[in-house]
Amino acid sequence: MLENAFNVVMAHPLLLAVIKILIVFAVLSGIVAYLVYMERKVLAFMQARLGPMRVGPWGLLQPIADGLKLLLKEDIIPAGADKFVFLLAPAISVLAAFTVFAVIPFAGNFYISDINIGLLFILGVSSLGIYGIILGGWSSNSHYPLLGALRSSAQLVSYEVAAGMALVGVLLISNSLSMVEIVNRQQQMGVWNVFLQPLAFVIYVIAAVAETNRNPFDLPEAESELTAGFHTEYSGFRFALYFMAEYTNMVLVSCIAVTLFLGGWLRPFSSVHALDFLRWAPPVSLVGAAVFILWLGLQSRVPLERYFFVALALGCVAVGVIISYPLILNAVQGIFWFGVKVLAFLYAFIWYRATFPRYRYDQLMNVGWRWMIPLALANLIVTAVVRYLLSAHTPASPVAWLLR
Amino acid sequence: MPNILREIADSAVALAKGFKVTFKAMVGPTVTENFPHEPPHFKDRYRGVHVLRRDENGLEKCVACFLCAAACPSNCIYIEATENTSDHRISAAERYAKVYNIDYNRCIFCGYCVEACPCDAITHGHGYDVVAYDMNSLVFRKEQLLEPLPAPVAAALKK
Repeated sequence: MLENAFNVVMAHPLLLAVIKILIVFAVLSGIVAYLVYMERKVLAFMQARLGPMRVGPWGLLQPIADGLKLLLKEDIIPAGADKFVFLLAPAISVLAAFTVFAVIPFAGNFYISDINIGLLFILGVSSLGIYGIILGGWSSNSHYPLLGALRSSAQLVSYEVAAGMALVGVLLISNSLSMVEIVNRQQQMGVWNVFLQPLAFVIYVIAAVAETNRNPFDLPEAESELTAGFHTEYSGFRFALYFMAEYTNMVLVSCIAVTLFLGGWLRPFSSVHALDFLRWAPPVSLVGAAVFILWLGLQSRVPLERYFFVALALGCVAVGVIISYPLILNAVQGIFWFGVKVLAFLYAFIWYRATFPRYRYDQLMNVGWRWMIPLALANLIVTAVVRYLLSAHTPASPVAWLLR
Repeated sequence: MPNILREIADSAVALAKGFKVTFKAMVGPTVTENFPHEPPHFKDRYRGVHVLRRDENGLEKCVACFLCAAACPSNCIYIEATENTSDHRISAAERYAKVYNIDYNRCIFCGYCVEACPCDAITHGHGYDVVAYDMNSLVFRKEQLLEPLPAPVAAALKK
């Protein structure tokens, strides 16, 4: 009986999907938590501070402490709030953010699903996240959240158009909406889409920053004007959900940009065999990380911290040795390059925040409507015309072959 | 058209400059210190807990002239003066401070006592942990404030 049930479970078509979902969800939650840590650290160093140092060695346990604190805090619902919507709104935000990862290919053989309308699914579901913000701001029954939510919706509408049209340029080249197919197409062409669609890439990156409500487009939660914007009245774990949604969205737009423009899981110059030694990058970078950690640890004057950092460095070296076996080395290639590119994007997000002052509201609208959307339209038209001319009428040229 | 191109190029350069500033700051040193784990770094002129100095022979520099106590705006210095004798010599001059207390409940670290001192006997050190569970132990006595004997003198005394 029990054995029978076991067999049924093992043979179930959803088993693999569920396992993958669990892995992606768990890893993603961890990444989001430590993204906050990374942001605090990088911002701190850019401002000549140290950032979190007190919880664990170099503040490494800070995200866990923050999470626990938020879990234990009182969950306040303001008087006069629309209780049902108020409770529902953060869940919508975080749900929309997490759902989209179902179609992100993290590596050539690791994705939850590859549906043929992948990009459409992403655009559709991720724009649902704005409902969380609008409903949260409206149901709080308070003026700051309402203003923040209004700003947010106006901003999202303005920039979603530009981002969408920038992505269409990529679609014209790739002939597909499937995320896996888009990356495969880049592999076939031997060139990343960013080199064919540089303008679309720039537009998408700017719009992505705006869509995630990040500095310099963080008007919906501008501290100096709106206290905390749409989540002013939220506390405890519901606030944490909004926070999670924001950082998950950061990871998400980075993943989309990497998949569409930077060749997803492909290593740089994947068609040049002279650079095949780059496949040793994962273990080498782990050893590099170990050296860095060791250097960091030896500066510490607390014995326990030094032991911890030495152990961490040894662990990095050990993992590096393990993944040096050819079989595992091949398996981690895709996820490694994908991770590196996404990390670079996330770092850039933090870098923007440290560098740029916030836009004024009219400037934001000015940039969105008078620059981004016309440029995206122009890019789309030029791409379409060039694509048509090259594919149908001219004899085979290198460029035509490239875009075939 | 050239104007627009130039504007775009200029903006790109301006952005790159901004990025460079933040990146430099990131790899540069921090101002914040990792205090409880590492000793704090003070500027030379930091006004910390006072130190009573000795001369090169190990005698106290303080001659109990009361100028520091007179200069003190919070009135936290208490001195009792006594005459030096030939077989009981504490300072090089006629008198020495038998009792020299500074009440750190009241001291505001203004440095007037250091300015007033004609013998450079009282100075500011870099002590910073002036904390206690009861107020009485914040009245520092001469023995707590005095700097240790110079090494040669201490070595000679040991013999």
